[in-house]
Amino acid sequence: MVMIDKIKFKLLSPKMVQKMSAVLITTSEVYDADAYPVEGGVMDTRMGVIDPGIRCKTCGGRSGECQGHFGHIELAKPVYNILYLKQIKTMLTYTCNDCGGLLVDKDKIKDDKTLNKLTVPKTCPVCNEPVEKIKFERPMSFKRGNHVITAEEAREHFEKISDEDCDSLGFKGGRPEWMILTIFPVPSITTRPSITLTSGERSEDDLTHKLVDIVRINQRLLNNLEIGAPEFILDDLWELLQYHVATYFNNEMTGVPPARHRSGRQLKTLSQRLKSKDGRFRNNLTGKRVNFSARTVVSPDPMISVNEVGIPEKIASELTIPIRGTKDNLDYLKACILRGPNAKGGANYVIRPDGLKKKIIDMNKEYIMNEFAEGYILEKHISDGDIVLFNRQPSLHKMSLMAHRVKVLPYKTFRLNLTVCTPYNADFDGDEMNLHVPQTAEARAEAEQLMLVEQNIRSPRFGGPIIGGVQDFISGGYLITREGTTISKELASQLLFKVGVVVVLKKEIYTGKELMSFILPKGLDIEYQANICKKCDVCKKEKCMHDAYVKIVDGEFISGVIDQKAISPFKGKILDKIDLEFGHSVAVLFLERITRLATEYLMYRGFTISVSEEDVPQSVKDAISEFVDVHFVKVYALIDEFNKGKIEVQPGLTPEETLEGLILSELFEVVNKSQNLIAKEAKDNDAQIMAKTGARGSIQNLTFMAGIIGPETVQGHRIFRGYKDRTLPHYKRGDLSAEAHGFVKSCYKTGLSPTEFFFEAMKGREGIMDSSLKTRISGYMQRRLVNALQDILVSKDNSARDSIGRIVQFVAGEDGIDPSKSDGGKLIKI
Amino acid sequence: MTIGAIYLNDDEIKNHVLVPKHEILNAKDKDAVLKKYNITVEQLPKILKEDAAIKSFGVKTGDVVKITRKSVTAGISTYFRTVI
Repeated sequence: MVMIDKIKFKLLSPKMVQKMSAVLITTSEVYDADAYPVEGGVMDTRMGVIDPGIRCKTCGGRSGECQGHFGHIELAKPVYNILYLKQIKTMLTYTCNDCGGLLVDKDKIKDDKTLNKLTVPKTCPVCNEPVEKIKFERPMSFKRGNHVITAEEAREHFEKISDEDCDSLGFKGGRPEWMILTIFPVPSITTRPSITLTSGERSEDDLTHKLVDIVRINQRLLNNLEIGAPEFILDDLWELLQYHVATYFNNEMTGVPPARHRSGRQLKTLSQRLKSKDGRFRNNLTGKRVNFSARTVVSPDPMISVNEVGIPEKIASELTIPIRGTKDNLDYLKACILRGPNAKGGANYVIRPDGLKKKIIDMNKEYIMNEFAEGYILEKHISDGDIVLFNRQPSLHKMSLMAHRVKVLPYKTFRLNLTVCTPYNADFDGDEMNLHVPQTAEARAEAEQLMLVEQNIRSPRFGGPIIGGVQDFISGGYLITREGTTISKELASQLLFKVGVVVVLKKEIYTGKELMSFILPKGLDIEYQANICKKCDVCKKEKCMHDAYVKIVDGEFISGVIDQKAISPFKGKILDKIDLEFGHSVAVLFLERITRLATEYLMYRGFTISVSEEDVPQSVKDAISEFVDVHFVKVYALIDEFNKGKIEVQPGLTPEETLEGLILSELFEVVNKSQNLIAKEAKDNDAQIMAKTGARGSIQNLTFMAGIIGPETVQGHRIFRGYKDRTLPHYKRGDLSAEAHGFVKSCYKTGLSPTEFFFEAMKGREGIMDSSLKTRISGYMQRRLVNALQDILVSKDNSARDSIGRIVQFVAGEDGIDPSKSDGGKLIKI
Repeated sequence: MTIGAIYLNDDEIKNHVLVPKHEILNAKDKDAVLKKYNITVEQLPKILKEDAAIKSFGVKTGDVVKITRKSVTAGISTYFRTVI
């Protein structure tokens, strides 16, 4: 293997510039009257070609073969290279102007830091001439005392410095006088290509504009020098030349007005080309635009497979896959050609064996079909069953980019199965997603084997399912399987037909559990406590009075209900077990069936919530206000104790902190008690069902709506900010009571009092600030981590190594287990 | 309040709960490790000669240290570092 030992960056010497140069630029004129590039102008054809068909005058190459040649400008007077101002200052400060000798002790110089700490002596230790302090004047000049050091003088000074002294000052990569430009390199035309607009007008690159400026001023300065113009005119022109050269390198220097285009737009010069997000690195090298991709809005479709993605016809007839004609597929491909470029399942281009590419249009499709033979390549539209990659940004984990099978559908959105919303973190409030079409058979096979949705059911983060039923699928599953659901033979056959299960129905009436048994795989045995489990002291197992103990024997649903713990992402135990024991494809099939069954049943039954769902009986309301009274009395007692100084201070806390902690837990007790009461007392309505099955919302949400909101906290404490010693003018100074510090007795349904509303708003603001700050900070943290670790891979001997084979871990993950092929991080038991 | 540092002697460092077991490999074992992973010494993770855990062993550059430590995933894991 060839190893690059080192790369050395050096200054370009004037000699080198001359050697590289193909042409001396002497005139600021660019094109002559015939719109032909002027010889000796900045678009001189000897500096390379960009127009096709023309040969380069220097090397004879065509456009694309000739990579361009430098030119050069001989500057009338030297100017500073502003990218080296810092280094120029160092050299001026630490060497003698008269003899070029080192002013400081070279043994004391270790690095830049120690150098800056050294004091410059009053006289030169070599020639004893007095030394004056150098001052840097913004933006780009140096002063010795009151005298402005011209670039010419600085150059003469630097020429006197010996190579050894340069070395001990840490100056590497050439001679210091090369930091002052005398011969100016002009980059090739390929570096700054001009664009011909549709109107025939030529538009030059920003760099070309800047070079013209430099040449023009240089020429003026030269003429004025020849005719012996007065000093002040020369100085003005020299300064102008310095300005143009400076902005050519960097057009965003502080204190320098940026050079502008005629339209007033800032010119994009060398530094701006490379820097920041829109620069060469981040925009063109790290991130590139790609072909064979599409982007549009996503919308849900519960009827397509988990492995599929719905693609609009318009996009499907634009994206293609190249397929080589063989004797087996010739008829099939010819049929594609005949459908033309606009129809579903057609084709766009044919590539002949000699490499010629022909566009298929409706006019010539018959002709092309007849010509098509073995060895020809057809760029065929993607059609049902093809493999494509589907992605949603931000791509935070490997499940953000998965392979799907194409399903061409009408309308204009990508359709995706709702169970893959979780890995993509997608919803349908306007989210857009990207699609990529792998172009080679190898790429398609790799995508299918490694990236297909069903291969990614198990997350490498925790070794459980990350794909699963959400929201309505869970409520639907619960409603079918709960005790008391009866389904007539007619309904059962309809539901099973929609689900795609073919069975002979022998009974007239089915229970939901019996129906569910039809879609569970034979041989499945599982027992667990469902999400609706009340956590009784002694579990009665399948005789549970809440029907919360799930028992499945050989695919027969014996007891319990389907809820969050059965099929949801992260928690779904049935889904997890099927995936482990029966394989990914069975798991996907089960998931598709159970979600369809749930949606179909929900549509038959109806599922809705209204304001009246949040009604609670008067007895509950009374009980809650009693909780409030009881605990308020306790709070007042605590405050009393505190005022008397009798409070028992907790270790590590001040008396005030102790009191606050006690009051807060007292007040939260009110909410907890109310929550338990509402969970127990409330009617069995749709809102309750969603909360207890884990489909959406929580008992806490319901408590806030129907019961009581309780204490508002900001950063974990009751609210204390506001006026001196009080939160609002409605309360007395120093009032420590619950109301005065943000206790909300109301619920959302009855509405909040003005003071309560104010406290609620403070809490709400904190929540918004928190989430926006947290996502930003943690997002950047993760980005840095991924950038640092992305090249580490697991090699064949199970060790984790970096890109040049250095070992990071001797056994990957220390246990050598791939969590995405494990059961919650443990080895799968067979 | 005063801020200070606690300095441990070699034995205390060696027996500290947070310091895993460090051992110097003999030439034979070292070669076995390099052969097992088909690597050169440069490809091993590194440890400073002045590292408190191995300072008292009198190691020299190029030695390989075997570290046996507790692991969340595997219970006990072994790791090798080369002294620089």
